[in-house]
Amino acid sequence: MFSRILTSALFAGAAAGLIAALLQLVFVQPVLLHAELYESGELVHFGAEAVSAHPELPGMFSELTRDALSVIFTMLTYTGYALLMIALMSVAEGQGHTIDGRTGVLWGLAGFIAFHLAPGFTLAPEVPGVAAADVYARQVWWFATVGAALVALWLIAFGGNLISYVIAAVLLMAPHLIGAPEPDVFTGPVPTEIGALFAARAFGIGLVAWVLVGTFAGYFWQSEGKRVEATA
Amino acid sequence: MATQTQTVSASRAGILPVMFAVVLGLGIITLTGHVQAAALHDAAHDVRHATGFPCH
Repeated sequence: MFSRILTSALFAGAAAGLIAALLQLVFVQPVLLHAELYESGELVHFGAEAVSAHPELPGMFSELTRDALSVIFTMLTYTGYALLMIALMSVAEGQGHTIDGRTGVLWGLAGFIAFHLAPGFTLAPEVPGVAAADVYARQVWWFATVGAALVALWLIAFGGNLISYVIAAVLLMAPHLIGAPEPDVFTGPVPTEIGALFAARAFGIGLVAWVLVGTFAGYFWQSEGKRVEATA
Repeated sequence: MATQTQTVSASRAGILPVMFAVVLGLGIITLTGHVQAAALHDAAHDVRHATGFPCH
C-alpha cells in the first residue's frame, strides 16, 4: 500500500513539478527578476522621470545554478503535494469513489483552490520587495487557511448534505474575515503593474501545475495498482 | 465473524501508510516552502515566491 502511494506520488510529482518549473522559468521568473531591479534599488519607481517598462533583464538561464535549484525545489514541492493528494485519493477509493486520470483533474482543481487560491485570496503571491508582516505569523495563517480549505473541499466533495456545505462555506470564508497578518506600513518599491502581473502569473502556472498533478496522480495510482495486481 | 475481523484489520493496516504519506508530504512542503534556514531559503527563494508561499 505505502509503496503504491510512494511510487505514484514520485512519478506524478516529478512530472508535474518539472513542467511547472519550466513554465515558471519562462513566465514567472522574468517578472521576478524585473521586480528585483526595484528591490535592489537599481531601478526607482516614482522618481523624477518615468522608468522604461522594458529594462534589459538578465537572459533566461543566465544563472544556471539558481534556475537548477528552482527546478529541483519545484519538483520536490509538487512531490510533497502529490503525496498528500494520493494519500487522500486512496482513502476516497476505499470509500468507493473512482480515481483515475479524468477524476484527477477535479482533484487537481481542488488542490489549487486549497493550496494556492485560498491563502492567496488574502495573502496574494508576493513579488520580491513587497512590504509584508512577520513571516512566521503569515506562515501560521497560511497553514491554518490551507487546512480549513482542505476540510471544506472534502466536505463539498463527499459530504453530500446541506449542513456540510454550510460548514464548508464558513471554513472557506473565516480566514479572510478574520484577516491575515498585514504590514504596518507600505514600503514596497516595486510598481503595482509588476506586482499584479506576478500574482496573475503565479496563479496561472499554479493552476496548470495542480491540474497536471491531479491527472498524473490519478493515472499513476491506477497504473501502479494494476502493476501490483499483475505481479501479486 | 471471520470476515468482520478481516475488514477491521484491513482498514487499520490501510490507515498507517496513508498517515505516513501525509506526514512525509507535509514534511517536504515545510522544508521546501517554509523553513527559514538561510541556505534553504536562498536555494528555494524563487520557488517560494512563484508558488505563493510566505517567503520573507
